Amino acid sequence: MEYAIALVVLATVVLVIVVRPLHGSAGEADRTAELRAELEAAKEVKYREIRDAELDFRTGKLSQEDFRRTDRELRTQAIEILRRLDELD
Amino acid sequence: MAAVGSAALFVALVTALYAVGAGVRAGVTRSRHTAASARRAIYCLAALMVLALVILEAAYLRTDLSFALVAQNSSIQTPTFYKVTAMWSSQAGSLMLWVLLLSLFSSAVLYSTRASLREVTPYATAVLGAVAAFFLSLMVLSPEAQPFATLANPPIDGQGLNPLLRHPAMMFHPPMLYTGYVGFTIPFAFAIGALITRRTGAEWIRATRRFALIAWTFLGFGILLGALWSYSELGWGGYWAWDPVENASLMPWLTGTAFLHSIMIQERRGMLKVWNVALIVATFVLALLGTFLVRSGILNSIHAFGESTLGAPFLGFIAFVLIGSVALVLSRRESLRSEAALDSLASREAVFLLNNLVLVSLCVVIFYGTFFPLISSALTGAEASVGPPWFNAFVAPLAIVLVLLAGIGPVIAWRRATPANLRRSFRIPAVAMVVTFGVLATLTPAASSPTSLIVFSFIAFTIVVALQEVWRGVGARRVMADESWPVALSGLISRNRHRYGGYVVHVGIATLMLGVAGSSAFVGQRDARLSPGESISVDGYTVTYREPTAELLADRSGTGAPVTLGAVLDVNRAGRTFTLRPSRNYYPSGDPAAGAIGRFFDGEATSEVDLRWGLARDLWTAVQPDLQALRPSIDEADRRFVDASAPIQAAILREIVESYRSEPPPATFRVIVSPLAAWIWLGGAIVMAGALLALWPAAGARRRLSSVEAARLGRELSRA
Repeated sequence: MEYAIALVVLATVVLVIVVRPLHGSAGEADRTAELRAELEAAKEVKYREIRDAELDFRTGKLSQEDFRRTDRELRTQAIEILRRLDELD
Repeated sequence: MAAVGSAALFVALVTALYAVGAGVRAGVTRSRHTAASARRAIYCLAALMVLALVILEAAYLRTDLSFALVAQNSSIQTPTFYKVTAMWSSQAGSLMLWVLLLSLFSSAVLYSTRASLREVTPYATAVLGAVAAFFLSLMVLSPEAQPFATLANPPIDGQGLNPLLRHPAMMFHPPMLYTGYVGFTIPFAFAIGALITRRTGAEWIRATRRFALIAWTFLGFGILLGALWSYSELGWGGYWAWDPVENASLMPWLTGTAFLHSIMIQERRGMLKVWNVALIVATFVLALLGTFLVRSGILNSIHAFGESTLGAPFLGFIAFVLIGSVALVLSRRESLRSEAALDSLASREAVFLLNNLVLVSLCVVIFYGTFFPLISSALTGAEASVGPPWFNAFVAPLAIVLVLLAGIGPVIAWRRATPANLRRSFRIPAVAMVVTFGVLATLTPAASSPTSLIVFSFIAFTIVVALQEVWRGVGARRVMADESWPVALSGLISRNRHRYGGYVVHVGIATLMLGVAGSSAFVGQRDARLSPGESISVDGYTVTYREPTAELLADRSGTGAPVTLGAVLDVNRAGRTFTLRPSRNYYPSGDPAAGAIGRFFDGEATSEVDLRWGLARDLWTAVQPDLQALRPSIDEADRRFVDASAPIQAAILREIVESYRSEPPPATFRVIVSPLAAWIWLGGAIVMAGALLALWPAAGARRRLSSVEAARLGRELSRA
C-alpha cells in the first residue's frame, strides 16, 4: 500500500513538472534570447582565442607570420559575431 | 520507507526512459518544448535519486536492519563515519551512487547548455537518459542489485562493514572513482549528439570540456586515494599492484588524458575530429568496463564484489555502446574530415599526437595485461596471468617518454617550430636536464639505476619548462600591460587559468613520477621474525622490537576492532631515534563454529601500518603477530566457556590478550625503506591544485563586451 501511494504521488509530481513545457508557446522573444546567448558565448570564446594567440606569440610559440594570420582570422570571426549581435538589437 | 525508496527508483526508471523518448523526438522535430520537457525529466531524475539516497542513508544511520543492505554492510557497532559511507561498499548501493552522480552531472550540463547547442542537446539528453535507464533497470529488475530490498525477519545485528574498507581513503575512493567514470558520460553523450546532427565542430567540446576535466580530476584523485589506501592499509608495503580493478580505473584516466590534450588541437586547428570522438567513446566504454569488472567476478581482485549475475547485462550494454558508436562514427566520416593538415613534425600538434599515441599505447598494454587471464584461457584452455614485472617492463619506458613529452608540449610552437623557437624554448630546460643528470650521476647513488637517472633528468626538464613558461608569460604581460611582477603574475594566471593550471598539472605529474621512480628503484625491504629485544637493519635504519602490545577496544584508527595486537619498535638512524607502533586488528567471525572466544581471532584481520613519512624516505613497518602460541588457550576457553555469560567471556578474552603481552611469542615484521615515496602524494596534491586552477571559472568568461573593446577590435583589425 505504502509503495502504491508513493508511486502515485511521485509519478504525479514528475508528470506535472515534465509535461508543463509541452503546453507553452514558442515566442519570438525566447528564440532571440537563445540566439543572443549563443552569440555571447561564441564571442567570449573568440576573445579568449585572440588573447591566447597573443600570449603564444609573445612567449615564442607562434611565429610572426603565423600570429598575423591567426590574429587576422580570429578578429574577422569576432567582428562577424559582433555584427550578428548588433543585428539582434 | 523502503517502499518509498523502491517507488522512487521505479519512477526514476520511467522518467529516464521518457527523457530518452522525448530527447529523440525533440532532436527529430527540433521542438524546443519537447527538448525542455526532456531536460526537466533529467532534473526530476536527479531529485528522485536524491530522495532515494536520503532514504537509504537514513536507514544506515539509524541501523535499520529491516533493510537487507544495512544488515549486510553495517552493524550497531559500526562507527558513524563508516555507517554513512557503507552504502557504496555494496553492489546495489554503488549502482545507486552511479545513477545519482550521473543525474546530477546531467542536470548541470543540461542547465548550462539550455540556451545553446539546440540541435545537439536533445540527443545528448537521450543518451544520458539511456545510460541512467540501464543502471536503473539493473536496480529495479535484478534481485541482487535492489537497494531497498527488505528482510522479513531482521537480524539482531548486522554483519558490519568489511574491515579492509574501514579506512578514510577507502571510503572516499569509490565516490571519487564514480564521479570520474560518470563525468566522462557527459562529453560522450554530447559527442554522440554531435555525430547524429553532424555538428562535429568544436562546440560540443567547449560545452563539455569542463565536465571532462572534472571527471579526469576526480578519477585521478580516486586512483591516488586507492594507492594511498593500499600503501597504508593493506600491509604489503606497495601502492600499486597492477590489480585488475586498479588497472580498470587507470585505463579511462589515460584515454581521458589523451582526450583533454587532443581536443585542444580540434579547437584550434579543426583537426583530429575522428580521433577525439574515438577517444571519448573509448574513455566511456573503459569507464563502463571498470564498473563492470568490479561486478562481474570474471577477474580475481581484492576490490571486486565477487560473483554476480550483473556481468551479462553489463557486457551487453558495453557491446551495444561500442558497436553503436563505431557505426555512428563510420556513417559520419564525411563530416569528421579535418579542416587542416599537419604542417610539420616539429610542431605542437605533432607532439600532442605523439603524447596521445603514448597514452593510448599505455592503455593497450594495461588492457592486454589485465585481460590476459581471459585471453590465455580462451586460446589455450589454461588460465595464466601476468604480474607486476611484466607490466613494469612495458609501462616504465612509455611513462618515461610521457614525462619528456609533458615538458616539450607546452613550449613547442603551433604549426611549425623554427630553429629560433626551439633554441629559445629548450635551451634552459635542456641545460637543467644535463646538469641534473651529471650531478645525480656523480654525487648520489642514483648512478646505480640508469633508468632512474633518465627519469630524474626528464623530470628536471619538465619542471624547468613550466617555470620558464610562467616567467616568460609574466614578462610578456608586463610588456603588454606595464604591470609590476606580482600584479603581472596574478593577472597572467587569473586570465589564463586553463593554460597555467595545465602547467601546474605537468609539474605535479613530474613530481609524482619522481616518487614512483625513487620508491621503485631504490626501495629496501626486509621481512624478519623477531622476539622482543632483537633487531634488524634496513638501509641505515636499525629497528628493534622492544615489546608487544595487546589491547581490547582500543584500535587507534577507530574502526571498531575488538582485539588489537601489535609491537613497539625502537628505530635508530645515525643516532636519531624514534618509536613506531605497527599493529594488527582482529574482527570477530560470524561463523558460530569458530567458538565463543576463537571467533574474535578467526574473522578478518587488517594491518595497521605505522610509518614515518619523510621527503627523503619513508620508513614503513607492519607486524604479523603469531597467534599459534595463543591457540591452546583459545581452544580451551572455547571448550570450557561456551555457555558462559558475556561478561565472563569478555574477562577470558582479556586474559588471553594479556597473555600475548606478558609472554610474547616471536612476531613477523616487514620493514621497508621507501625513498621519495612522499613525493607521490605531494605530486598528486600538485596535480589536483593545477586541475582546480584550470577548472576555476576564468574572469574573462564573465566579462561582457564593452563598446570600447568592440571599437578597438575593429580598429586593430582594419590595421592588420
